[in-house]
Amino acid sequence: MSRFVYADNAATTPVSQAVIDAMAPCFASAWGNPSSLHSKGREAKKLMDDARERIAKVFGCESGEIYFTSCGSESDNWAIKGAALRGKKKGRTHIVTTVIEHPAVLNTCRALEREGFEVSYIGVDADGVVDLAALEAAITEKTAVVAVMYANNEIGTIQPIEKICEMAHAKGALMFTDAVQAFGNVEIDLSKLPVDMLAMSGHKIHAPKGIGMLFVRKGTVLSNLIDGGGQEKRHRAGTENLPYIVGLAKAVEIAHEGLKDMPRVTAMRDRLIEALTAIPYSRLNGHRTKRLPGNVNVGFECIEGESMLLLLDMKGICASTGSACSSASLEPSHVLLAIGVPHEKAHGSIRLSISRETTDEDVDYIIETLTPIVARLREMSPLWEEIVKNSNK
Amino acid sequence: MQYSDKVMDHFANPRNVGEIEDAQGVGVVGNAKCGDIMKMYLQIDDNDVISDCKFKTFGCGAAIATSSMATELIKGRTVKEALALTNSAVVEALDGLPPVKIHCSVLAEEAVKAAIADYYKKIGREVDFPLESADERYEH
Repeated sequence: MSRFVYADNAATTPVSQAVIDAMAPCFASAWGNPSSLHSKGREAKKLMDDARERIAKVFGCESGEIYFTSCGSESDNWAIKGAALRGKKKGRTHIVTTVIEHPAVLNTCRALEREGFEVSYIGVDADGVVDLAALEAAITEKTAVVAVMYANNEIGTIQPIEKICEMAHAKGALMFTDAVQAFGNVEIDLSKLPVDMLAMSGHKIHAPKGIGMLFVRKGTVLSNLIDGGGQEKRHRAGTENLPYIVGLAKAVEIAHEGLKDMPRVTAMRDRLIEALTAIPYSRLNGHRTKRLPGNVNVGFECIEGESMLLLLDMKGICASTGSACSSASLEPSHVLLAIGVPHEKAHGSIRLSISRETTDEDVDYIIETLTPIVARLREMSPLWEEIVKNSNK
Repeated sequence: MQYSDKVMDHFANPRNVGEIEDAQGVGVVGNAKCGDIMKMYLQIDDNDVISDCKFKTFGCGAAIATSSMATELIKGRTVKEALALTNSAVVEALDGLPPVKIHCSVLAEEAVKAAIADYYKKIGREVDFPLESADERYEH
């Protein structure tokens, strides 16, 4: 293997050395329980408070509005279930979301449906942008929460969250956004963006897996998801994961600082998109410009994603696919189907998610490696054979 | 999900890829909607022996590997022997497949049978074995 190129940053990211260094003292010496009154506890509490304040500063919110969780999925569950159960007391038993949400949101909504809540799943256009007219029409005085992701994990499309906030608030509903893919890629300033809740996850921004965060705006009351001790102002029980909280704060600061590199990442993304869509019978999935700086999702006709992935892996390139064959369900990606990609074409999609760590040489290598892989798989595809025969007629 | 070394070998270096012009038997199974299509070409000599066999496959790693292995298992065999090829024989020859990929081996077996059925029809022989329609089986 001559080269290694990690182009699956939307799946997870490596933990950065600065984050590891920031966490190390929490294992070696500052191992106290932040709830303890003694010196060891106070030492831990101080580190935790400091981490919370630094994160709040980056997000433009108050430290009291930041709650630590175990992951993005927990934050999604808490925000939606917490808002729904609270809303129910005021007769709000309806939830509005979109068809392209992450499973952590979709399956949370389905679970609430089984508990008697009504859920409206709003569709998207061919670029993956939510249908705003349908969304506005769906929100009523019965709506407890509107849950729309900031940016899609598969196709990278960025949603008009501010407009959606207005629509939710006009009907007195809470607005929640899952910003797991967005934070660190786009500027998020909670002093300007009027969402009530926002979820993010550490492992997408070079912190470890197992740490997440939920922003809950002051005055917003959610039912608890995890009851127990008095941690997180009695709203989320469980002894705080101090090392990872400290690591998260470091990662959040680095990610925010790294936003200045996004024009460079965007340029690399665009170069990939241009080169890959120049291959005949290919298409870009997702919006051409309203998309995450590091997201490339291209479909190639007549070939299948898992085969592409395996051949790329043999050349040291890590990517991901929306193909059914990569999942246990044998169903292609719900996001690709939602933007109108037919089943047979959804199978041939590949997602490359690059980051600040990606170089121009990496981009060259991806292009020069993937292009012949597509040709090679088409050579052995009976569907391609038909296209070639028909074009020779 | 992990593929065996054998599967990876047949995926990375598939045997007998291609077409046979004027093949005596051609079979196509699967459908694009489900993400697998196998096309099998058979060259059959006067003694009913499969003298050559080629395939083209649209599908995942397992679909390509099972197609490749199936051609290896029937090449040089009589048509009758090829008809006895089962999907589990293909799986066994590949040192196993992940459970969700077993359907690929079924498709490989069916591709061989479909190609032989085509050959039988061409020479006016009765198709005396069951033909599964992969399209029906995997429609969802």
